[in-house]
Amino acid sequence: MSKRIALIGNPNVGKSTIFNYLTNSKQHTGNWAGKTVENAQAKFVKNNEEYILFDLPGIYSLSIKSHEEKVARDLLIDSNFDIAVVVCDATQLLRGINLLLQVLELKENVVLCVNMLDEAKKKGLIINFEKLSKLLNVPVIPTEAKSKESLENFRQFLIDYQSTGLKKITYSKELELAIIKIEKNLNINNKRWYAIKLLEHDNDIIKRLNYQKDIDTKYISCFSQQLNNKSILITNQVLKRTKEIKQSKLDKFLTSKLTGIPFMIFLFLVLFWLTINGANYPSELLYKFFNFTQIYLLKFCHFLCLPNWLVNPLIFGIYKTLTWVVAVMLPPMMIFFPLFSLLENLGILPRIAFNLDHFFQKCQACGKQALTMCMGLGCNAVGVTGCRIIDSKRERLIAIITNSLMPCNGKFSAMISIITMFFIGFSTGLISTFYSALILIGFILISILFTFLVSYILSKTLLKGKSSSFILELPSYRKPKIIKTILVSLYDKAIVILWRAIKVSAPAGLVIWLFANIKIGDSSILSICSNFLEPFGNLLGLDGVIILAFILGFPANEIVIPLIIMGYMSLGNLTNFNDLLELKHLLITNNWTILTAINFMILILFHYPCSTTLLTIKEETKSIYWTFISFITPLIIGIGLCLLTNLIFNFIV
Amino acid sequence: MYKTLANLEINQLAQIKTLDLDKDMQKRLNDLGIFSNVLIKCIFNSPFKDPKAYLINDTLIALRNIDAKKIGVKLINE
Repeated sequence: MSKRIALIGNPNVGKSTIFNYLTNSKQHTGNWAGKTVENAQAKFVKNNEEYILFDLPGIYSLSIKSHEEKVARDLLIDSNFDIAVVVCDATQLLRGINLLLQVLELKENVVLCVNMLDEAKKKGLIINFEKLSKLLNVPVIPTEAKSKESLENFRQFLIDYQSTGLKKITYSKELELAIIKIEKNLNINNKRWYAIKLLEHDNDIIKRLNYQKDIDTKYISCFSQQLNNKSILITNQVLKRTKEIKQSKLDKFLTSKLTGIPFMIFLFLVLFWLTINGANYPSELLYKFFNFTQIYLLKFCHFLCLPNWLVNPLIFGIYKTLTWVVAVMLPPMMIFFPLFSLLENLGILPRIAFNLDHFFQKCQACGKQALTMCMGLGCNAVGVTGCRIIDSKRERLIAIITNSLMPCNGKFSAMISIITMFFIGFSTGLISTFYSALILIGFILISILFTFLVSYILSKTLLKGKSSSFILELPSYRKPKIIKTILVSLYDKAIVILWRAIKVSAPAGLVIWLFANIKIGDSSILSICSNFLEPFGNLLGLDGVIILAFILGFPANEIVIPLIIMGYMSLGNLTNFNDLLELKHLLITNNWTILTAINFMILILFHYPCSTTLLTIKEETKSIYWTFISFITPLIIGIGLCLLTNLIFNFIV
Repeated sequence: MYKTLANLEINQLAQIKTLDLDKDMQKRLNDLGIFSNVLIKCIFNSPFKDPKAYLINDTLIALRNIDAKKIGVKLINE
């Protein structure tokens, strides 16, 4: 027999952290509301008994307003749980109690887990747990996500738990009468709960029950108000505040007019600078290593007397592309993702959304879009999924469509190599990498600008509508567990994304090699294709090979540059190069100018989303139309800008 | 004296009196503990003074002025 345990709670109270600890899994965690958007389940085994834990997306209440709240509530309504644990943040006890009371009405065997006790202590909050348990008439377990001992206690509690029945919460006489009146019309289990939801005019429940009778509207918010009053009453009896809450110095600094936005830019500048700097040397090392190995691989193949038609595509097609992707992508990702996760866990991202909401409001979009844009910097597919935190459908679509305007990690490596080669020369000192980071930030600012512009245009055309509200919690800053955050983000993001790139780059390398080496008549397929695309490429200030690389790079942005290199190499007689200097030479002999570099940067910023992202968009929007709009929007911008720069450049020269 | 939440001074404590909002928004605010008679305080501004951060039941919440204008409050002297 296995026991089913649900973890329910407000967003950002550490459910996923507890879940991860108990089941030894690696759900993403981050210090902002809405990090978990799907139900997750995993189990642990103790004394031959299986315990299955369900980590539900964070919900504020059982009256649903967003997709993830519906996901969570549907699971609660439709499944049986042996224990329903309401997890709450000790620093926000009231809201935890409020949710607990709501869950009590719906489920049996409810317990309260008061998490983040350490932070409550820091804020000078003292909680009387015994009294709390008595007043609520449910077991209460305090935990600290950072203390193993308390989490083990919690595990033991779950193992020892004995079931209790459903507990009733009584409302005022008037409300009770109203409940009874509705209950009479219902013939289901737990009809009291359904009756209350009907009185609250919960559309989802009305649909679910197919309830057709008229319902009085005067009780809509009475129930939640009375529950809230009850919660306040209980909280005031068990909670002692010994310090006054004021604006923290960090908040003052992060959100003031003078320092707020400049500091955010500075923060990202440092982030990129560290990434570029830290990645430089390992990238070079990896590159040398792969080149070195290539010689021996070739020798080995000859030793085995393998035929050339097999060796060449394997080494010069697959191996070359694959190793380039690894050498160029791996080091920056190993640095960027952990650093970014630290920012995320610290609680900086919601402040960014807070600072930028003003602009989003002007575009009639939602400030939370800033959060999804930040996620897009890591991976657009993740950013698109993250758009679920935006409640209004119109604003969510805007966020989804514009997400691929933010360059993802796969684009960074390409952008950084071009910047190093064409914009700042070659010295790899701390100062020149700082310039690289500065230029990269410049391009990202252009991305942000276009995000606002496109959001604005969409709000005025395809997605007309009124700006809905923006309510965002600003969580307290938390000191992240540094080592754990780094390890999890490396494993979860870096390795997963790298693996995806590798899977794509091997076949792509093979395809381009075949293109370059299979001849039709006198010329290779590659030269036929690139010749065909040449006029279009020239129009954009680029060439046929680059356009072909973008087309073949549809599965992953990481492989665009290696494909260009492969293309050029197969057309010329250069077969190998050792560093960026030689690569630049290769590009320049293929007529790259500063205009080519600029337009390549523009096109890498703005073309269609990669195939993974597009599939995610299709899944999230459930619409081919919006997927198409998401595909075409960045492409139009990219092509438009390239045409423009080409025109200006030709005009001047 | 009655005012709306939007023109509350920084660090001025107030009690919520009226909520003049549509059903969805009201539910959303209720979820965060915003009901009539609850105490609220404006803690700080964003760089462009919209949205603002309010403290309610030990939680910091960002609200746009356009929504805050629909919430009537009574000033309270500490």
